[in-house]
Amino acid sequence: MSIPSNLKYTASHEWVKAEADGSISIGITQHAQELLGDMVFVESPAVGRKLTAGEECAVVESVKAAADVYAPVAGTVIEVNGELDAAPEKINEDPYGAWMFKIRPDNTADMDALMDAAAYQAHVDSEAH
Amino acid sequence: MTLKQTPLNAAHRAMGAKMVDFGGWDMPVNYGSQIDEHHKVRNDCGMFDVCHMRVVDIKGNGVRAFLRYLLANNADKITLPGKALYSAMLRPDGGVIDDLIIYFMTEQWFRVVVNAGTADKDIAWMREQAATASPQLSITSRDDLAMVAIQGPNARSKVWQVLPRTRTATEGLQNFQAADCGEYFIARTGYTGEDGFEVMLPKEKVEAFWQALNQAGIPPIGLGARDTLRLEAGMNLYGQDMDESISPLEAGMAWTVDLKSERDFIGKAALLANPPTRKLVGLVLLDRGVLRGHQKVVTAHGDGEITSGSFSPTLEKSIALARVPNAVQIGDAVQVSIRDKLLAAQVVKYPFARNGKGLI
Repeated sequence: MSIPSNLKYTASHEWVKAEADGSISIGITQHAQELLGDMVFVESPAVGRKLTAGEECAVVESVKAAADVYAPVAGTVIEVNGELDAAPEKINEDPYGAWMFKIRPDNTADMDALMDAAAYQAHVDSEAH
Repeated sequence: MTLKQTPLNAAHRAMGAKMVDFGGWDMPVNYGSQIDEHHKVRNDCGMFDVCHMRVVDIKGNGVRAFLRYLLANNADKITLPGKALYSAMLRPDGGVIDDLIIYFMTEQWFRVVVNAGTADKDIAWMREQAATASPQLSITSRDDLAMVAIQGPNARSKVWQVLPRTRTATEGLQNFQAADCGEYFIARTGYTGEDGFEVMLPKEKVEAFWQALNQAGIPPIGLGARDTLRLEAGMNLYGQDMDESISPLEAGMAWTVDLKSERDFIGKAALLANPPTRKLVGLVLLDRGVLRGHQKVVTAHGDGEITSGSFSPTLEKSIALARVPNAVQIGDAVQVSIRDKLLAAQVVKYPFARNGKGLI
């Protein structure tokens, strides 16, 4: 599966999508879901929680392992995807569709520091060696 | 370190396996969805590469007497040819060196199957004990043999499609009994809680056998599903649920330890001198989350620890084996510390699932 060019990425394998209303939605990448395998549990941050960049704020657990999800930028959680509580496998089926939570960033310009698709591809390739 | 490979390594890669380092072996963890693989074994059948496990043949006069002393379970329980017995092999202080299966073939030949990670240590220990107790015995590591497990309600009939000439010899096998069919040694044993066979055969034939099983419609199953299947079936994993620092009596293995007969065996005195204060129980998580090894279990009688935990695909909830104080009872409400929270769990009698059905 190719890495969507309209999203931004972190070194810890989150994807970040800029929404029209100025918020950003966050999920985990195809590469991350493939490494973890079948998802069985998602723990989302509380709506209203203030996050600093790089803070642990959510957890995804597959049958095999648990993995932390980190805030890509500083901001406030404004919405979580409750659908994933009952259907965590959506992360496996459609990783770039299954957003986990939305943040209103403190500073939209922080997004510029994130990786684009090409940089993320290079990052994934480098971790494979 | 270079990972060790089984003779099926290339076949796994060709079948799309995701490979992982499993105790120094390059093994398939899944071929796609581990949950799908789990359900296939519970409901139909699947095949596992277990070539990393080691077959050891002990031959000569007095094998039974040697095993009677070497193992915590009593080799005298198996008198029907081919019959198998699960046992712990203990240190003098009662710690578990390994758990293994022995097959009684003749009074001159018992076959032993041991875990991959402990095989070299096990064989050295057996030889050391035999050197003084039974020097006439030969203890041979059968590195020329491969092993494939075919498990599930339809496993045996599929194997007979591939090996029709072994059907007569294996159709009448009881659970936990094997038949020596020349090149194929076929045992009605496994590590999933389902019916099926474990087949030992010459290494150079295993890839063709694997492909023939696949042609007969048997999907390959990775170690990921093997772990959830054995956990649901309430079967211990060496190195996780017990090891050299743990008494078998605190690892749910009391049923395999024969303390009643007059027979002496290595570790017996230590077990009698140190009655267990903890026991292995099953847990089902009531809150949302996933139980994992090493999580702390908080009970009214003191803390315990999860030894194996995962998500049960059959029950669709998280389950675990945990070592807790003896006073903890089936049905007790306990808490498990997961990250910074205490989550509610219930103590249950295990196995959690076998023969296609959840038991909780």
